[in-house]
Amino acid sequence: MKSISANGAFEENIPQRRRTGQIWHTLFQASTIVGIIFLSALLYSVLNQTFGLVAIENQVDPAALAVGGVSVEELSKEQLVAVLQEHVSKGLFRRFEYDRPFAQRSREEVYRLVWQHVVAPQAVETWSLYESIFARDEIEAAVAEEFPDATLQFRSWLNRRLLTASQSSDPEQAGIRTAILGSLWTIAITILTAFPLGVGAAIYLEEYAPDNWLTRLLQTNINNLAGVPSIIYGLLGLAIFVRALEVLTSGAMFGATDPTTANGRTILSAGMTLGLLILPLIIINAQEAIRAVPDALRRASYGLGATQWQTIWWHVLPNALPGILTGTILGVSRAIGETAPLVVVGASTFVAIDPRGPFSKFTTLPIQVFQWTARPQDEYRNLAAGAIIILLLLIITLNALAVVLRNRYSRRL
Amino acid sequence: MSESNIRVEDNGYAIEARDLSIYYGDFRAVERVNLAIRRNEITAIIGPSGCGKSTVLRSFNRMNELYPTACAEGEVIFRGENIYDPDVDPVEVRRRIGMVFQKPNPFPKSIYENIAWGARINGFQGNMDELVERSLRDAALWDEVKDKLQEIGTALSGGQQQRLCIARTIAVQPEVILMDEPASALDPVATLKIEELMQRLKKKYTIVIVTHNMQQAARVSDHTAFFMMNEDRAGYLVEYGPTNQIFTNPQNEMTERYITGRFG
Repeated sequence: MKSISANGAFEENIPQRRRTGQIWHTLFQASTIVGIIFLSALLYSVLNQTFGLVAIENQVDPAALAVGGVSVEELSKEQLVAVLQEHVSKGLFRRFEYDRPFAQRSREEVYRLVWQHVVAPQAVETWSLYESIFARDEIEAAVAEEFPDATLQFRSWLNRRLLTASQSSDPEQAGIRTAILGSLWTIAITILTAFPLGVGAAIYLEEYAPDNWLTRLLQTNINNLAGVPSIIYGLLGLAIFVRALEVLTSGAMFGATDPTTANGRTILSAGMTLGLLILPLIIINAQEAIRAVPDALRRASYGLGATQWQTIWWHVLPNALPGILTGTILGVSRAIGETAPLVVVGASTFVAIDPRGPFSKFTTLPIQVFQWTARPQDEYRNLAAGAIIILLLLIITLNALAVVLRNRYSRRL
Repeated sequence: MSESNIRVEDNGYAIEARDLSIYYGDFRAVERVNLAIRRNEITAIIGPSGCGKSTVLRSFNRMNELYPTACAEGEVIFRGENIYDPDVDPVEVRRRIGMVFQKPNPFPKSIYENIAWGARINGFQGNMDELVERSLRDAALWDEVKDKLQEIGTALSGGQQQRLCIARTIAVQPEVILMDEPASALDPVATLKIEELMQRLKKKYTIVIVTHNMQQAARVSDHTAFFMMNEDRAGYLVEYGPTNQIFTNPQNEMTERYITGRFG
């Protein structure tokens, strides 16, 4: 056996150890940078679509609508009605009158109708933000050549109309109001189902359940369920909520059926399906938060003669609350972005009426984006980009809320 | 445990362990302990690590049941009744036999709430402010915290936290206080304060203290129980007697070797 002397026993390898460390350091840094690049690319492509030049062609030049030298903006209501009658088909005019008599409509309303149906501006071509900035001259030349009647304007597709208008088959009129309301309704139902069930299950598993094979089996299954593809949850929701529980989810049981649907493809079904989807996430996060409450606190509580429930209610839950809320909000932000299960559960692709309650048919923001990107008109792609920004903002808000709640409620243990 | 059972046999003992064995699953941690704790005295339990001192202490108020797989065999007599009887509620036992832990563990609540909470959940009907003040005075903490009762208890120093835990324990008016190495996480000054406090508390309460520190046992206790473990690593009671006898004239050779520091 080699003798171990003070000098011979250790290899002189410090430079080599440092080099190895340096290599790993660089690798970790590189992976972070790659991640940032991809995220920036995503943000770039969304923003690139949201803003840009649009060539707009009017069906009728507004100048041509002037009556006796008075431009169309300044015409009286009666004159506008006359303009409308002159330019649209008799059938359409009768429909307007039928929907709401002109006598009852304000001048603004009639003006909007004239603008929509007579002037009827259409985007004939759109350009991305990048092109709009760096190839402005070429775009202007092309517009002058191909669309001599068109005017070129810079447009943010993310505007008030996008937020306030409902779905429409005309991209100039389309907005995401129904989708935002649908998303909010759905998420409300999701939280109402998943939060109590998830936290309840977590409390049971952590504080009450005996440590036996059944509990371990349950635990393994919950962990696996968190990884099941969301489309599977969609199928489950379709089978259970939409079909088997139709009486409940359509509202028939309460005599509250929405006249527009009267089947199980409602906000309630969608919300409960998403609730199931994030249930394992909430359970796992809540369990971890509960497990992180020091046993010393439980013992202190028991040592004073507290019952198990008093210990859980006064010490375990308050101290686990920040973790539970964070986990819930992260689950909810995942649910907000889900599309696949809702397609299966039966999200409507075209809903122009605001949802009125849990029994209404629904569409959500991601569904709207999905559906718009599949449309042939280019403008819908721009609208979709605007909707994506709203969706991202919604998710960022939720995550920020999670951070705030965690900081506010986390207490020193 | 109804009031009618109080002192059916008053033999001067607060707690009596009779043939008490404690198991963790199949492992016997403590073997057939017979130990009678005298009322209004401080009884120290000493012994080498792993000899089951803390296990015995925890079995005196059924706190060992919080450890999965733990179970006790034999009897622990408190007020003439075996606390392990099926009709005895451990919640009631733990209010009457309180516990102070090795690491100070105040609730992450205000100092006031730390004291008031235990009393409130146990249905205390009296004046809460008075109870809080009395408990803090009894725990020699009042003067240090009287101006900051609404501040969080976990912000106090280690020694203050431990006295807060003692105040919290006496607020539910127990008869016995079990202390599991209450000063081992504290500096010598804080330790001294706890020891002085114990001397005052024994007038009202019976105190059982587990300690690693033999000087501490010699300083504070009236009786000392020395535990060892046998070949199967099960703890057993080697010797039990008045503290000065244990430390000056032990009857058992192992006790002598342990207190003189020759092993353990």
